[in-house]
Amino acid sequence: MAKPVSETAVPLIRPEAAVARPKRAIPWEFWLLLPAVIYIFLLIGFPLILSIYYSLSHISVGRRDFSFAGLANFRAILHDGIFLQALRNTVLITIAVLVIVLILATILATILAARFRGRAVVRYLLLLPWAAPVVMSTIAWKWIFDSQYSVINWVLRQLHIIGPYEFPQWLGVPKLAIISIIMVQVWRILPFATVITLAGVNAVPKELLEAALVDGAGFFTRLFQITLPMIRPIIGVAVLFTALFTFTDMAVVWILTRGGPYNSSHVLASWAFQVGIVAGDLAQGAAIALFMLPVLAAVAVWVLRLASREVTE
Amino acid sequence: MSTAQARPQAPAHPLRWYVLRLIVVAVLAVFLVQALFPFVWMAITAFKRDSDLYNPTHNPFFFNEPPTLRQFSILFHETKFSHWVVNTAWIGLLTVIITLALSVPAGYALARLRGRLGQQLAIAIFLTYLIPPTLLFLPLSQVVSWLKLQDNDWALVLTYPSLSVPFCVWLLMGFFRSLPQELEEAALVDGAGRLSAFTRVLLPLALPGLLTVVIFTLTVAVNEFIYALTFVSISDLKTVSVGVPTDLIRGDVFFWGAIMASALVVSLPVALLYNAFLDRFVEGLTAGALR
Repeated sequence: MAKPVSETAVPLIRPEAAVARPKRAIPWEFWLLLPAVIYIFLLIGFPLILSIYYSLSHISVGRRDFSFAGLANFRAILHDGIFLQALRNTVLITIAVLVIVLILATILATILAARFRGRAVVRYLLLLPWAAPVVMSTIAWKWIFDSQYSVINWVLRQLHIIGPYEFPQWLGVPKLAIISIIMVQVWRILPFATVITLAGVNAVPKELLEAALVDGAGFFTRLFQITLPMIRPIIGVAVLFTALFTFTDMAVVWILTRGGPYNSSHVLASWAFQVGIVAGDLAQGAAIALFMLPVLAAVAVWVLRLASREVTE
Repeated sequence: MSTAQARPQAPAHPLRWYVLRLIVVAVLAVFLVQALFPFVWMAITAFKRDSDLYNPTHNPFFFNEPPTLRQFSILFHETKFSHWVVNTAWIGLLTVIITLALSVPAGYALARLRGRLGQQLAIAIFLTYLIPPTLLFLPLSQVVSWLKLQDNDWALVLTYPSLSVPFCVWLLMGFFRSLPQELEEAALVDGAGRLSAFTRVLLPLALPGLLTVVIFTLTVAVNEFIYALTFVSISDLKTVSVGVPTDLIRGDVFFWGAIMASALVVSLPVALLYNAFLDRFVEGLTAGALR
């Protein structure tokens, strides 16, 4: 036990720390950065390189064959109907989600930008789908889409939209399965896109809108002529992350359909998991997952452009 | 609920104004119903008896039989749910500690690094946040097996910070930048070392930022699916988000009551907590675009 000396309260004078920085070539900031950078390299950079290497090799779980395969894996998957279907699904789902989410988020953000009683509560409730763990809410959706006890079907039957003995298999028919996946993704990502758009809408100078109002501009004129053009960069952020989160997601698809029925609803991520982990063909799995890279690269370029804009301005 | 369509010009067209307000309220109601329905559905299902749940003649929105806590007791006593909660909790806790240990110094350093290099490093770290786990799980599964960590929760403790560190470095950098540098310089002039200036002056001020990092990281650990699914297949060692969908949903046998009880128990606290901090995360993501 240390004696209760009061000297800890008195700052010790360390002139070298306060006055001149030692003549080291490497500033102290780099040493603080180093652990994080090493960790990120080992757990993100290195695996990324490894996955490119795997996609060009023969590696599988049972077989430690690192030998070079060239583009054989890519040639094989490009002739695989399920892969092509998964690629199409991924693109289709992403585009559909993007379009629906952008339209709905703009509507919702426009409403939420207004001041009204209970707005904070409404906003909080509307954000819950994004805040809840994706696996848990997707399971709830799986139950909502249940083959026999689907509450959607029950409501449709009560409304006589479908007959009393009709049981649409939401997750059991290829087209409906894709629609279900899109529904869940929209449900999940809409709140996120809304908050981002809302941040932009709130940043539009009020004077500008009021001036337009005085000049007789109607609601839609103001929306399309002032608000939307002004928040374009931030809508860009919403587009970017919505696309990224949808394009690379696997949890929603895996839990809802596991890629079924008949491997018709796979996306790149779930098919890569099926091939790479379930079937153990690491090389082909890696090649499949790498088809996400072009989109990621586009997203990265976009981020870089936004960032450089910030630097120059 | 009155909306801000209540502008000064409103009384000019009273009827039009009321119609517009009605439409807005109706649209908002539709949005609210779709947003909340799955949670309401979890709750209704979780408190129902099986005989009520699986009777197609019953109205699924009502409790045709008295509500019950049976589903929760099944969940906690007859499944491994409580194991999964405990696993998720300690994995999450360790992930938080590692994330803080790596991202606090890095975020502080980036906030103080002047010039182009600091900027470029910060952006490079942020870019790694964009690389999704669905791209990395295959090579990482090999790394995990080289380290002999298959079917071991430590594989998750090792890998989860990679999902939180890049974004948290970025968040904390913004946070430290917003603190006035004069405070720190004043402490340095008073003779404190850089470390004590940091721990005594800056860290207490950065507490809200640290809290944000803690919440974000915890939700990452609860949310994460693909690494947990790939690295851990022993039932006792699973996390909540893999245990529930893989062990409680088996082939054609479903325990929907218990499953919805688990979804409710996990979702509500996480959602309520995360929601309160959502604006900070959005600020982090939109940092460049709002200027």
